[in-house]
Amino acid sequence: MSTAPAKAAPVERKELHHPKDTMLREDRLPHIWCPTCGIGTAVSCFVEALRETNIPEEKVAVVSGIGCTGRVAGYVNLDSFHTTHGRAIPFATGLALAKPDMKVVVFSGDGDLVAIGGNHIINAARRNMNITVICINNFIYGMTGGQCASTTPQIAKTSTTPTGNTDYPFNVPYLMDACGATYIARWTVLHIRRLKKAMGEALNKKGFSFIEVIAPCATLYARRNRLGTGFDLMKFYHDNSEIQHGADTKMVDIGFQEKIICGKFVDIDKPTFLERYRGETNGGGK
Amino acid sequence: MKLWRTPLDAEKVRVPHGVVSVIIERCKGCSFCVEYCPRDVLIISRNFNKKGYHYPEVVSEGLCVDCNLCEDICPEFAIYSDPVENTPAPATKENT
Repeated sequence: MSTAPAKAAPVERKELHHPKDTMLREDRLPHIWCPTCGIGTAVSCFVEALRETNIPEEKVAVVSGIGCTGRVAGYVNLDSFHTTHGRAIPFATGLALAKPDMKVVVFSGDGDLVAIGGNHIINAARRNMNITVICINNFIYGMTGGQCASTTPQIAKTSTTPTGNTDYPFNVPYLMDACGATYIARWTVLHIRRLKKAMGEALNKKGFSFIEVIAPCATLYARRNRLGTGFDLMKFYHDNSEIQHGADTKMVDIGFQEKIICGKFVDIDKPTFLERYRGETNGGGK
Repeated sequence: MKLWRTPLDAEKVRVPHGVVSVIIERCKGCSFCVEYCPRDVLIISRNFNKKGYHYPEVVSEGLCVDCNLCEDICPEFAIYSDPVENTPAPATKENT
């Protein structure tokens, strides 16, 4: 028989400050995202990318919609706004036009940007608004209970498609390419260094830059589809993601538990809405 | 690290060292840092934090090379490494 467990030694709790705390609202942490959720990692990469680009903090605004990812606006220590569902892009458009010297970043989820705000994102990309959009794609409506989203892969099970989704999902980079976005990249949250670099490039890009971030949703997507934990999804990304820079966006759609093609797909220069409106350019060219 | 032979520039290359700090109360026990640490510096602790998660613990402190991967991959902003200023002399045949 083992001896009675000794009283656990008191763990030393000295005051620790994370180097990223200056960019975060420290009093709001720990955040509400589930264990093994990928959104935190994406925010971590964004904060680091922002620091590396040397854009002054007061010149950056973060706009979020509703959903799990919508909470990002409440955690970054920047000018931020948590808008209504799907309306992050119209708010950001207004902000970018009223304050042309500011860098406006829309940080929101797939359900918010592509489904409910779908009309706004395609028109903002068409007009080439000077905003950066970071779309966290976890293939499901997380906050409301795991309903089928417009990015849910075919045959994936969700709470509203218990026998498997029958619809074709959006191929978001292709959609953005068709609408004329100037920068399109896709990375999983496992590609932290590349994601950070892509975010830095998108922040420095003039015009509509779009990054799709594939993130694990352990509580709803993985559980409903018997895919294990978020860490199992990370292992899946490790084994099944393929980097193809400049790939044809038509070919980068994601099937259920199929290969994920990552990389920088589009990087072009086009006059932005404001430049065209002010007549600073005559048609094409920079 | 096991090497076939001493690298030619072993005298010049200084392997950076870091000290890992864990903000225990923020951790949610996802184990990303433990699994992806390239030097296996961390393990999952047997202790719980206030919320009932097993947080990571440093087991082999001298091995950390301050790559900051744990800091970048942590979704909870709960772990980071600080560089050690006085990096020890580079590894040679004698002291490895």
